[in-house]
Amino acid sequence: MLKIENLHVRVAGKEILKGLSLTVKPGEVHAIMGPNGAGKSTLGNVLAGREGYEITAGTVDFGDKDLLQLEPEERAAEGLFLAFQYPVEIPGVNNTYFLKAALNAQRKYRNEAELDSMQFLKLVREKLRVLHISDDLLHRAVNSGFSGGEKKRNEIFQMALLEPRLAILDETDSGLDIDALKMVAEGVNHMRSAERAFVVITHYQRLLDYIVPDYVHVLAEGRIVESGDKSLAHKLEQQGYAWLEERRLPERSGV
Amino acid sequence: MSVPLLASLEQAFAQLPAAALQAAQLGESRRTHLAAALADGLPTARAERWRYTPLRALERRPFVTAAALAEIDPAVLPAGEGPRLVFVNGVFAAAHSRLDGLPAGVELLPLSQALLGADARDLAHLARRFDASDDTFARLNAAFALDGLVLRVAAGTRCEQPVTVVMVGAPTTTDIAVHLRHLVDIGEGASLRLVEHQLSAGAQAHLVNSLCHVHLKPGARLSHLRVQCEDVAATLFTRTEGVLAGAAEYQRADLELGAALSRHELNIALQGNGARLRSNGVLLADGRRHLDTRLGIDHIARDTRCELTWRGLGADRGRAVFHGGILIRAGADGTSAQLSNKNLLLSPHAEIDTQPVLEIHADEVQASHGATVGQLDANALFYLRSRGVGEAQARTLLTLAFCRVALDDLDDDALREQIDALLAARLPEVAA
Repeated sequence: MLKIENLHVRVAGKEILKGLSLTVKPGEVHAIMGPNGAGKSTLGNVLAGREGYEITAGTVDFGDKDLLQLEPEERAAEGLFLAFQYPVEIPGVNNTYFLKAALNAQRKYRNEAELDSMQFLKLVREKLRVLHISDDLLHRAVNSGFSGGEKKRNEIFQMALLEPRLAILDETDSGLDIDALKMVAEGVNHMRSAERAFVVITHYQRLLDYIVPDYVHVLAEGRIVESGDKSLAHKLEQQGYAWLEERRLPERSGV
Repeated sequence: MSVPLLASLEQAFAQLPAAALQAAQLGESRRTHLAAALADGLPTARAERWRYTPLRALERRPFVTAAALAEIDPAVLPAGEGPRLVFVNGVFAAAHSRLDGLPAGVELLPLSQALLGADARDLAHLARRFDASDDTFARLNAAFALDGLVLRVAAGTRCEQPVTVVMVGAPTTTDIAVHLRHLVDIGEGASLRLVEHQLSAGAQAHLVNSLCHVHLKPGARLSHLRVQCEDVAATLFTRTEGVLAGAAEYQRADLELGAALSRHELNIALQGNGARLRSNGVLLADGRRHLDTRLGIDHIARDTRCELTWRGLGADRGRAVFHGGILIRAGADGTSAQLSNKNLLLSPHAEIDTQPVLEIHADEVQASHGATVGQLDANALFYLRSRGVGEAQARTLLTLAFCRVALDDLDDDALREQIDALLAARLPEVAA
């Protein structure tokens, strides 16, 4: 589904990703952990198509598409979703209106019939019920004045509504209390399926108690230096990232 | 050196019916104003108040006065029920107006009728002087205006239904100059909603010079929406002179969406203690449009408040000029004044000029002003696109959201939706 090979990325002239490789198959949940400054958020942003990142080498295939050639909205319509570390507040744009516009733009891209207001609201109510989210978020402007927890809840709600093939969660756990964290995890677990994959980027192991990954990768200094199963996350929790120091030199690729 | 515009108006004045000019004993005042306008000429860029709005192209154009009522297609008029006054090329159009079924205590009639049954006391504002040498358009208005809106609300009357006034520009063979003079007088403790439309019934390049007096008695409330959607070739000079008595509340929103040149001077005197003004607006300067809004807010009494929220868009080769002048006079203690003017520059060829000017002579005053010029937020744009919204639609959504802030105060949902639709229809080409 997602195949990243030898990805090199520069930001403002500085190389952040230095030959990252990662393969994600349908149904899998991959966790990417790593110290601050390792390039975790850069990876999420590059995959979603944010401007300001210069790709100097490498390829990213998403399904049968060259992901790096697509506009951000095309990537979304192809089924890629990025849950933002810092969801953007957009006063003056109603959340429901925005989501309907987003969903219908994606459907149009995929040559599917657009939903009218009734069909859309029916779908919204269904998703809200499953996620145990109240509908008060819908009537407000996008993330505007939302608490940290509400913003992340809104990200998960968007993900549920847009039903991506691949969801990337960029430090969705940062700044969340345990209840909000569980809500995020429930949302993800509910959506896990044989066709859908997740890449969970996190600094802490805590989230992985609730979203149990199939694979854990350690990202340090712009490349994946260690891969394993969920026990790797526990090892990191106990030993910190310091033990990775000796592991930075060997050329290793991801799974 | 003779200025064609003024020479053509001098000629037009001579052809106006003598009886109409003399009505309510205003003949002398009209001639005095015309003489002053002709003597001082059109304002030039040397006048500080006109620095950003040159009139060199305009002054070369002659205009005539509308001879008769022009036919219009009623479909151009805004939808909606309720009392309505319509002027076509400055002439009262009875057939399109609705004056029956007015609530008790609300008097609504065209100025041309009010002048005939003149009560000198009520019309005292018509003889008002305009002493500044660059008050040319106010002087011309005082000389020429034979019609307009007269709206009086008796003390204690609460009118639920909005009153609408529509100024329609209809195509003619020769460009015409239209002068309208409006009077809105809200009695003590009374309240009313007024909606003003300036629009076009076809391609025309008229000059519309209107002057509106707004008087709010103690405790009166007026909500006033003005939507300017004039033809792309039209020239507008609009002047609002408001006087607010104690505890009066004036809330207005101005949408400048049309015309080639539209200059609005909004002068509000907060004369009574506790008077309050909320004035919001949107200047949509796309194409080659030149929009100039000049606020002159005068805090005279204690504990007066103004909140001014204005948004400007500069697209294509458009130009938006905003001057936010706030004067807090000695003795106007406890006054609060807030001005926010944010602008989006959507094209490298567009221009925004914003100038907040705060002059304070009182103590215990809270005053703040902010003016910014920027681009759409790249983070917000990426956020919307990352969810699948195409770039053009995302830009439109954000631009609309930027303007909406100025409409938040509109307490009429139907009106807000109408305005929203109007903006939404215009913005895709602006934001693209």
